[in-house]
Amino acid sequence: MTTLQMLSTALLSGKVRVVDLTHTLDPDFPVLVLPPEFGQCQPFRVEEVSRYDERGPAWYWRRFSCNEHTGTHFDAPIHWITGKDLPNASVDTIAADAFVRPACVLDFSAEAARDEDFVLTSAHVQAWEEKYGQIEPGHWVLLRTDWSKRSGAAYLNMRDDGAHSPGPDATAIRYLLEERGIVGFGVETIGTDAGQGGHFDPPYPAHHFLHGANRYGLQCLSNLDQLPARGAVLVCPPLKIKHGSGSPLRVLALVEQSDA
Amino acid sequence: MLQRCGACQTIAYPPRDLCGCCWADSLSWVEIDAGGVFLAETTLHTSTNVYFRERMPWRIGVIKLDAGPTIIAHAHADAKEGARVCMLARTDKSGQGVFIALPERETPNMADDKALRELTCDPKHRRVLVTDVRHPTGQALARGLVRAGAGKVFLGVAEQWKPFVGRDELYALPNTEVAPLDLSDADSIADLTSSIGGKVDILINTAQHMRPGSAMTRRDAITARDEMEFNYFGPLRLLQSFGPAMRSRGADGANSAVAWVNVLSVFALANWPAYGLSAASQAAALSLSQCARGDFAGSGVKVVNIFHGPIDDEWHQPLPPPKVAPEALGAGIVGALQQGLEQSFIGDVAKDIETRWREDPALLERELTLARLMD
Repeated sequence: MTTLQMLSTALLSGKVRVVDLTHTLDPDFPVLVLPPEFGQCQPFRVEEVSRYDERGPAWYWRRFSCNEHTGTHFDAPIHWITGKDLPNASVDTIAADAFVRPACVLDFSAEAARDEDFVLTSAHVQAWEEKYGQIEPGHWVLLRTDWSKRSGAAYLNMRDDGAHSPGPDATAIRYLLEERGIVGFGVETIGTDAGQGGHFDPPYPAHHFLHGANRYGLQCLSNLDQLPARGAVLVCPPLKIKHGSGSPLRVLALVEQSDA
Repeated sequence: MLQRCGACQTIAYPPRDLCGCCWADSLSWVEIDAGGVFLAETTLHTSTNVYFRERMPWRIGVIKLDAGPTIIAHAHADAKEGARVCMLARTDKSGQGVFIALPERETPNMADDKALRELTCDPKHRRVLVTDVRHPTGQALARGLVRAGAGKVFLGVAEQWKPFVGRDELYALPNTEVAPLDLSDADSIADLTSSIGGKVDILINTAQHMRPGSAMTRRDAITARDEMEFNYFGPLRLLQSFGPAMRSRGADGANSAVAWVNVLSVFALANWPAYGLSAASQAAALSLSQCARGDFAGSGVKVVNIFHGPIDDEWHQPLPPPKVAPEALGAGIVGALQQGLEQSFIGDVAKDIETRWREDPALLERELTLARLMD
């Protein structure tokens, strides 16, 4: 049997399960809020074109609009100024193999529950590696915080001084990029950076270093609690938008069921 | 306002082409003294008119105006035969201009009179939707409506996941209910319509997206699109969802739908380039309100346009005074409803622009658009 035949058999038998890591595109789902003098992220909007009525008797279809960074979405390197001149750095030019890769899931949900401003450092990553083994090159690293279980105001967690949510600092991201050669970093929160990441050094370190290294981001993931620490395969192709800085997408994970 | 003959100064009523006294053709509309004497009254108990059939008995009177003519008018219950009265001109449910005789001095609960309430849009006892209470204007308005005795005030709030200043105080107001509503989101409007669409008597659209900038000081159409989204498409969606039910409830007993209120920048009348693209979207909104007048014609629901100058809020911070305070704007909207007005200019800037617009719209446009060169 070929490798793909084995995978097909496993998918059909349920030995490999498909987990949906995507939030529904919903007009009510929060979007990133920037200071008002900057351009804003447009939330998801939808208008009906016809619904089996005089506008189209046998068909229902709609027109939607949103930002490239609305809902569960992919960040391409040209999203950030550090990645603006890199080759193959927009969603339409990124080599497709980056969209199907193994993933490591770093579970820091307990820490995030204790501290909504939890900052992931390189020491945290190394502690995880001691327990689960070294992160290999070409993997996606997903930070589990259980933030996707929050909804409404608690998700963005806006206060007078901005949003409060967990995220990595520069040491964690640089370690993952420079020492481990990851392909991308994914989170459950609204951005790959912490809510207060604008005050880190450099500001927004995940965006700064990931995209400067021609690597990718995934935001607003859910169901990370259904993934093992190692062994899942992530499927995350963004829409092929010309010069796209990112795109909403469906993110899936293939997970091998234990025999138990 | 009535017609006055330019030749013999006689006041004409009803309106004519020629003066009934000297046959001159120089009749012009002028403000007249509102005073008069209530000569005689009668009470109608039957009518062929379906509107009045439902409202019998109905009291009317003959009033000798101080300005000259003797007219038949609706009568407030406290306006008595033989006494002096104060005349009020308003449009009735069919959109016709009519007079009502009010007592010369204010009487207790005067605004509750059945005949007067038919001509005004008094929020007292009525259910009102304020579409956006994130903005200080919406908050001031909600407080004003509660003070004015509104039966219920629905507080429209977009993006409830985003906090806003004044929320806790607002939510603590009596007779209010939070209504999730985002004018840029067709689904949210549809959801709210399905829950309260049948019981909104007055809808006041306070949602606005006003940003500085003209065509060439901005780099893209994104902000202009947002302005059109909130200032034009938003009210359009509201009209398409809340409008039909309100139109059919223009005579729904004591709690009938009475008013559709648009809160508009006075620069809808003539563009002010400092906020030029916002003004363009406001001009679209003004035109839409005129279209809505056509849709609501004859329904008993008045379309009320409230015009204001720059509001004293964070998006007009760099502007020098005068700016209209949100409290003043809120009070002005409540006042316009109580008086049954269809148009009101609130604040110094709005009143000034109104005067200049009435005198010479082309000159106003020239002054506003060349203001930069005149500084």
